[in-house]
Amino acid sequence: MSAPSTPPAIEIRGLWTRYGETVIHRDIDLAVPVGEMLGLVGGSGSGKTTLLREIVGLLAPSQGTVRVFGHAVLDPDASVRRMVRRRFSMLFQQGALFSALSVYDNVAFPLRELRVFDEAMIRDLVLLKLAMVELEPRHGRLMPAELSGGMIKRVALARALAMEPELLVLDEPTAGLDPDRSENFVKLIRTLQKELGFTVVMVTHDLDTLVGLATRIAVLADQRIVACGTPAEVVAVDHPFIRNFFCSERAANALQKGKA
Amino acid sequence: MADAALEIDDREAAARARLSGDWTLVGLTRTDGVCADFRAREARLRDLTQRGAHWDLRAIDRLDSVGAVLLWRTWGRAWPAALEVSEAHRRVLEHAAQLPEPVTGRAPREPFPVTLTLGRLGLRALSNLTGLIALIGQMVLDFAWLCAHPRDIPWREFSANLYKSGAQALPVTALVGFLIGVVLSYLTSLQLKAFGADVFIVNLLGISIVRELGPVLVAVLVAGRSGSAMTAQIGVMRVTEEIDALATMGISRTLRLVLPKVAALAIALPLLVIWCSSAGILGGMVAANLQMDLAYGFFIDTLPRAVPVANLWIGLGKGFVFGILIALVACHFGLKVRPNTESLSAKTTTSVVTSITVVILVDAVFAILTRNVGMPG
Ligand SMILES: Nc1ncnc2c1ncn2[C@@H]1O[C@H](COP(=O)(O)OP(=O)(O)O)[C@@H](O)[C@H]1O
Ligand SMILES: [Mg+2]
Repeated sequence: MSAPSTPPAIEIRGLWTRYGETVIHRDIDLAVPVGEMLGLVGGSGSGKTTLLREIVGLLAPSQGTVRVFGHAVLDPDASVRRMVRRRFSMLFQQGALFSALSVYDNVAFPLRELRVFDEAMIRDLVLLKLAMVELEPRHGRLMPAELSGGMIKRVALARALAMEPELLVLDEPTAGLDPDRSENFVKLIRTLQKELGFTVVMVTHDLDTLVGLATRIAVLADQRIVACGTPAEVVAVDHPFIRNFFCSERAANALQKGKA
Repeated sequence: MADAALEIDDREAAARARLSGDWTLVGLTRTDGVCADFRAREARLRDLTQRGAHWDLRAIDRLDSVGAVLLWRTWGRAWPAALEVSEAHRRVLEHAAQLPEPVTGRAPREPFPVTLTLGRLGLRALSNLTGLIALIGQMVLDFAWLCAHPRDIPWREFSANLYKSGAQALPVTALVGFLIGVVLSYLTSLQLKAFGADVFIVNLLGISIVRELGPVLVAVLVAGRSGSAMTAQIGVMRVTEEIDALATMGISRTLRLVLPKVAALAIALPLLVIWCSSAGILGGMVAANLQMDLAYGFFIDTLPRAVPVANLWIGLGKGFVFGILIALVACHFGLKVRPNTESLSAKTTTSVVTSITVVILVDAVFAILTRNVGMPG
């Protein structure tokens, strides 16, 4: 899909992150070609969310560069920054819905910001996005505080999808969803990815999600990317975290299911 | 990436519409291209539908839901008679086809809008009043409980609140008091001079500042400074479910959050009133000295005779009552914040406006009740 001339969706070079004295990332290099679905795994507190925040430009790395679609996300030129930001969406770990807006208005918000569509068109688009994440039109009237954790995730996904992103950054998208819903979520992302060919970077602890979606896996441990490649390649790497994560019985089942 | 392109072949009787490129959000909203903008393209497509065009969608590279919804709407929410489309893109279109029809017609207008609005306002005021009374009742119960269990008195919260709303308010109240004293003294001295009644400046300033201006000024300042902070703090704790966390730990929110604030303001406000009134009188004294050459010694000598000590007690009493009211109103509205940012800002505004209004109302009541007290014989 990606000709050698097109820049990778994400390209991270020599990235360091420090909070005071503590080093979170130590010289990380990572490239995600267009159309890939990269699963980022790592222990709790290993800096996965921090890395995602650096990818979307919410946080400046202490050292190193992050390029998205060939442009620096923190480019000094504001028009370049805006152009790059239009091309990706992020799904936050806690949803980050606008608490003062209803579900409908949350999903409609980015569409209204474009100032291209009329309200009737926006209504159809919002209902379509809500249907994609298995929410009914009547849920549109609810306020974020009235939603369950799983519903918050789905509304946040609908809002992220509303912008038809070329790159979708997901922070623990299936945490808090019941197994049925997570499976549907995996199916949904897979179908959409096939239809639209977007790139996905996701952090997840859920092996089923990982195996179901990721075409490549990157493992974050000891402040570095200790392994990056296809699931089969990563499982073969000898590292204590990888052994723990993939070689339990649960993992074996999931991997088996993924192959089937 | 290619833009969304539309070719129209008009040679035959029925037009042929051949769509190609990216019919996606990005492809459709880029301004350069054949069609000037999104609306123009929409009009063009509707026109083709009316002419019963033959639709050829096979050359489309990518079709997302924006493209699909656009086509579905311009087709008048029905499949066109002649349509050629790839299997994958047909599936995208089918998603759009399952959309419910838009409901036409507006919600019925409510009759008597003015009556309804006034009624709602009245009911809201009533519910706030009952809420406040319930809070006061809870406060009394908590107080009784603390008398029986002195170990549970929240000293830390109390002293923190005393420091934040009392000690930290000292500079601003002194400054405001001093300036008001200067202004008042300057303006009245101009009038008094005309009547040759210079010495009465002491009576005027003393009574008005100690009895009236000091307490009200401090109350307004504290309502803006600490009342808003209290509402916002309790409100954010509602938004982030910290209050619920407290409840599950078996900690009474009124005892831990409301009572220390009320007690702190009940103590801090009378002290601030004395402080602010002193600054006001100092300012007045300085201005009187500059304006009318009134000696400092004379001013200080006359003050106790001109202002009976009852006025000081009235000022202190007002401070005490105002403090309790401000804290209660602030906490009441803080606890009423619904978990969203809009409600937080609305309730903070309401809290400050209500407490200032209540302070002025109660001040009027004080003025009526104490009209025979503390006037120099
Ligand atoms: N603003 C911050 N200041 C200091 N340390 C932080 C900050 N944000 C995150 N950290 C630390 O960075 C580490 C990685 O956090 P995070 O990326 O959220 O982990 P996770 O991999 O679980 O998503 C954690 O140890 C966290 O304590
Ligand atoms: Mg995280």
